[in-house]
Amino acid sequence: MDKRGNLLDVRQLRVIFHTYRGLIKALNGVDLWMDKQERLGIVGETGCGKSVTAQAMMRLIEEPGKITEGEVWFENRDLLKLSEDEMTKIRGREISMIFQEPKSSLNPVFKSGFQIKETLLNAKKATPANAEEEVEKILGYVGMDASRVKNMYPHELSGGMAQRVMIAMALATQPKLLIADEPTSALDVTIQAQILELLSDLTQKMGNAVMMITHDMGIVAEFCDRVVVMYAGNAVEVAPTKELFQNPIHPYTQGLLRAVPRVGRPGELKAIPGTVPDLVDPPEGCRFHPRCDYAFDQCKNVLPPLLEISAHHYVSCYLCQKDGCPSAKKAGEEPW
Amino acid sequence: MNIWKYLIKRILLMALVLFGVACIVFFIAHVIPADPVGAILGGNAPPEKIDKLRAQLGYDRPLIEQFFSFLKGAVVGDFGVSIKTNNPVMTDIGIYFPATIELALVAIIISIVLGVFLGILSAVHRNKMVDNFSRVFSILGVSMPVFWIGLILILIFYYKLDWLPGGGRINFFLDPPQRITGMYLFDSLFTGNWEVFRDALLHILLPAFVLGYNSTASIARITRSSMLEVLGQEYIRTAKAKGLKKRLVIYRHALRNALIPTITIIGLVFGGLLEGAVLTETVFSWPGLGRYITAGLLSLDYPAVMGGTIYIAFIYSLANLAVDFLYALLDPRMRT
Ligand SMILES: Nc1ncnc2c1ncn2[C@@H]1O[C@H](COP(=O)(O)OP(=O)(O)OP(=O)(O)O)[C@@H](O)[C@H]1O
Ligand code: SF4
Ligand SMILES: [Mg+2]
Repeated sequence: MDKRGNLLDVRQLRVIFHTYRGLIKALNGVDLWMDKQERLGIVGETGCGKSVTAQAMMRLIEEPGKITEGEVWFENRDLLKLSEDEMTKIRGREISMIFQEPKSSLNPVFKSGFQIKETLLNAKKATPANAEEEVEKILGYVGMDASRVKNMYPHELSGGMAQRVMIAMALATQPKLLIADEPTSALDVTIQAQILELLSDLTQKMGNAVMMITHDMGIVAEFCDRVVVMYAGNAVEVAPTKELFQNPIHPYTQGLLRAVPRVGRPGELKAIPGTVPDLVDPPEGCRFHPRCDYAFDQCKNVLPPLLEISAHHYVSCYLCQKDGCPSAKKAGEEPW
Repeated sequence: MNIWKYLIKRILLMALVLFGVACIVFFIAHVIPADPVGAILGGNAPPEKIDKLRAQLGYDRPLIEQFFSFLKGAVVGDFGVSIKTNNPVMTDIGIYFPATIELALVAIIISIVLGVFLGILSAVHRNKMVDNFSRVFSILGVSMPVFWIGLILILIFYYKLDWLPGGGRINFFLDPPQRITGMYLFDSLFTGNWEVFRDALLHILLPAFVLGYNSTASIARITRSSMLEVLGQEYIRTAKAKGLKKRLVIYRHALRNALIPTITIIGLVFGGLLEGAVLTETVFSWPGLGRYITAGLLSLDYPAVMGGTIYIAFIYSLANLAVDFLYALLDPRMRT
């Protein structure tokens, strides 16, 4: 099979959740891929399935959720076909994760040093003899006073410190891929910048690929090589960062970029009209059609495939097949 | 808060509680419209004799004076002389209490082990067979009266199956072990008296299970719900994401947190055990403090009743103190 990325290739990933309200079709055939050492951004409104995608890749979807379809090729293994034991060896060793709420992501009853040490030992990246030393080294890498911090419990750490511990823990095992699920959203603005810089430096040095899940277009612009835009359980547009900002094609991406306030254009923050669809009863066809200015009949029947419309630029929209892509200029807007 | 400060506070509180119990016990004993002197001497005793006994027992002094001398005695463990046995009440307690505490200890051990185990199984296999079984077991445990369960079990295991003895602490034809603690199991263990140990164990199983059933149920329910809550926490997701095996996630990361509320409940149910001991001891003819107090009540032996009750309250407070201490050990947030 032709892999679209040499590290990761997620194909047609579908996840559902059984709830009392009905079946939530959370992921509706997500496609995304990454090369080694690449930094991929995943953006989209809240509830569009960013976190579920990451968790499904790690096979951490739990009851009432279920992965119903898809492939997650990581190097040359389909993670969805591995046994639970084999998968346990991928988690934390080859793919690590950090989360939005660093303080509640650390276990309150264990010292931070222990939690890092445990990860190292579990991944066999240290021996009981040198583990302590390794922990101090790693805490040093993330810019902390190791001898003090390793003996601190999570409730004694600030949010920024806790996220540094999480980063230390995640990168300690030198994973090939780090999934960062909104790693800075819960932090103060000044701390956000520091954490982002730290992540950037460390992963650059160590050569980890990073999947950055975020709401923040600023972070995407600064940090990511390439971006996946998700809408209601689908990847709707995939492009290199610069290309996406200069030439957003999917009507949803255009709306998303228009909704970002920009210097020099105060008061122009435009929200996308309409609301996020209910995933229990999502719109047929292109899930964006009820909110799309361009929607036509075809949009309402079958989900448009994700097609490469120019080099490395993929879009899932029928307009591109019909009468040319709806470029931002055509929509009467300045380009980003 | 410093743990020592916290404990000192708890000890002071305990003294206050015990003072309260002493007040209530004394008050109740003196408002009950029953006359112990009349009970001892019978209805037709000549008045001079009654007055003499009253003076002898101190019942002719003003109430407040009686109260203070009672308190003064209680502080040093002198509860006066039992009217019925003519021993100092403290001596009687020394004789009967080991049987009660032995029963309560075995009961609490059974209920902690069984309850925590059922609770974990229930939470991990939520809504499966084990869970349903354990929930039914729990509901029965909190809703069936102790003496009824006791009688049913005696009927099954003694009358029908004849697997276990029907009452008492030890076979009539065996000599109790040499007295060290007064607890047969310990004493026979210390002295290496295996025959007695085996027999005492068989005797204690049923009453301890019956006495502990209620607590087992409470502990199982609390463990289940706190385990379920903990399993949904973000740090559990972290533990899984870092590649820990399921067993470690449950027994290291989840259980330690889930046990914090369980510990509190253990302290509370231990009080319930001492209270339940009164009934259980009666059903199983277990010669403990519970039966001593019941017998004292029936013969209006006030010193025995008051002394026994305060003693039990004291042990109960002590157990709670130990639980608070454990709590602080388990939860680092309590320590700083
Ligand atoms: N445990 C769950 N039970 C039921 N539904 C769930 C569960 N987890 C996720 N979902 C559903 O899946 C959809 C996608 O959720 P997800 O958490 O991936 O969103 P997200 O893009 O990460 O949003 P956010 O930006 O708010 O983090 C949501 O609509 C949500 O309702
Ligand atoms: S497929 Fe149709 S509805 Fe969907 S974004 Fe394109 S034009 Fe709009
Ligand atoms: Mg999310």
